Amino acid sequence: MELLHFAFMQRALLAAALVGITAPAIGTYLVQRRQAVMGDGIGHVAMTGVALGFLLNTSPVWMATLVAVVGAVGMELIRSRGKTSGDIALAMLFYGGLAGGVMIINLSPGGSTANLSSYLFGSITTVSAEDITAVVILAAFVIAVTLGLRRQLFAISQDEEFARVTGLPVRALNLLMAVTAAVTVTVAMRIVGLLLVSAMMVIPVAAAQRVTRGFAATLSLAMGIGVVVSLSGTAVTYYIDAPSGATIVLLAIAVFVATTALSTPLARRRAKAARAAEEVCTRDDVKV
Amino acid sequence: MQSTPRPADEDQPVISLRGATASLGSRPVLRGVDLTVRRGEVVALLGANGSGKSTAVRAVVGQVPLTDGALSLFGTDFRRFRQWSRIGYVPQRTTAASGVPATVREVVSSGRLARSRFGILRGADRAAVERALALVDMDGYADASVNALSGGQHQRVLIARALAVEPELLIMDEPMAGVDLANQEVLANALREQVAAGTTVLLVLHELGPLEPLIGRAVVLRDGCVVHDGPPPEAVGQHALPGHDHVHPHAAHDAEPLRTGLLS
Repeated sequence: MELLHFAFMQRALLAAALVGITAPAIGTYLVQRRQAVMGDGIGHVAMTGVALGFLLNTSPVWMATLVAVVGAVGMELIRSRGKTSGDIALAMLFYGGLAGGVMIINLSPGGSTANLSSYLFGSITTVSAEDITAVVILAAFVIAVTLGLRRQLFAISQDEEFARVTGLPVRALNLLMAVTAAVTVTVAMRIVGLLLVSAMMVIPVAAAQRVTRGFAATLSLAMGIGVVVSLSGTAVTYYIDAPSGATIVLLAIAVFVATTALSTPLARRRAKAARAAEEVCTRDDVKV
Repeated sequence: MQSTPRPADEDQPVISLRGATASLGSRPVLRGVDLTVRRGEVVALLGANGSGKSTAVRAVVGQVPLTDGALSLFGTDFRRFRQWSRIGYVPQRTTAASGVPATVREVVSSGRLARSRFGILRGADRAAVERALALVDMDGYADASVNALSGGQHQRVLIARALAVEPELLIMDEPMAGVDLANQEVLANALREQVAAGTTVLLVLHELGPLEPLIGRAVVLRDGCVVHDGPPPEAVGQHALPGHDHVHPHAAHDAEPLRTGLLS
């Protein structure tokens, strides 16, 4: 437990725990809406924000938040139009953001693409005291939205048309969800990295839903898995010299493989129980 | 499951759609549709595929913008209408399973959001959800995943979600599509109880089927125009089959002139 003696590790572990909670929390809604790649797109766009932070000598975290929020709102507006050309527009936004970031970082004094590496794949040694304040504030916002408005967000993710007819402010909630996804990206940026942040939104959810039947159960299990893999990944990174994002994501994939292996017998047992309840006469000689 | 009707709009039509036109892309789908539904009526909207019947009900709940015409619900112009808790809506069922599992109770509970705006479910909300599940005979499945249900059971869940609102007006888009006969009977029973309690119903149907005794009036659409508005035509189920583009002879008292087609 010597790793807890260092202030930088305490900060890294706190940031990791918050990533583990927030990324799967918003990710559950994104996966439900089949927008799993949205986090990836926002991550690309946030690159421009990080680079602007370097150029203007301000905090990269706040600058990335600002740019990511603008990008996410843009994505949501493109999505809600539902045009077939939307795909192209999204691609412009994603790669424009990435290319813009690389261009700006090289223009900034003493900057080079090497500065970006820790933002791309995460790093436990670079979480500053200033960063941690930003991360705690942003994570509190994400948790408040994803848990406080879970029924509304569930409804619009499940059936947008029905949600509109119940009188929910669907357009505002969609925008709020996009903004929350953008904020989550910057929460996760320091520990998991911009290129791997989407993995933490998707993989814990995919792992959880292998063994759950309900939405609330999936949401809480995904958050549990998220916290466990990001804390243990951060701790492992203390001992081996690797980007924390890579370690965390590989651990998450390991959990996914484990729950998948577990789910096959579980699903078979449930299907059998459902059939037994459903049918009056059951045939034992038919193997399914 | 009825909330008491507000006396002021007692004699107003529940739905009043006048001269409605709407397009999908450049194609006109509704071409001047009049549809009035009064309190306690059960109205079926019939027609072949592409006749505009689905678009018409989606226009009634504001999901298809009207390019012309007027819509009012419960006597309130649609642009000022906010009393969504008076409406229970059953959209057309999509077969695509959702990405994340959800239990039957979770889906049905989302219907209560019309009444609990801050999303806090109280005892009364939970009781309404349980009642709605019992109405469609799904109370044994509350904790099952909706992805594991059959088509007919899934449809019953969507209807329970609308009934959980405890609506005065129930609007259903093809509630019987892809539902086997046994499930249709369950749905017909649930609907009968609602109608007996005074709920107004507008539903899109392909054929009347087990609902036939409940239907008080049928509105038949063809090519975006109303071609029949009156008692449900006999054997309309046969005639409403896709491609069976034929309207019963006694029907067209207020209809557009019939355009010459292969079958008319």
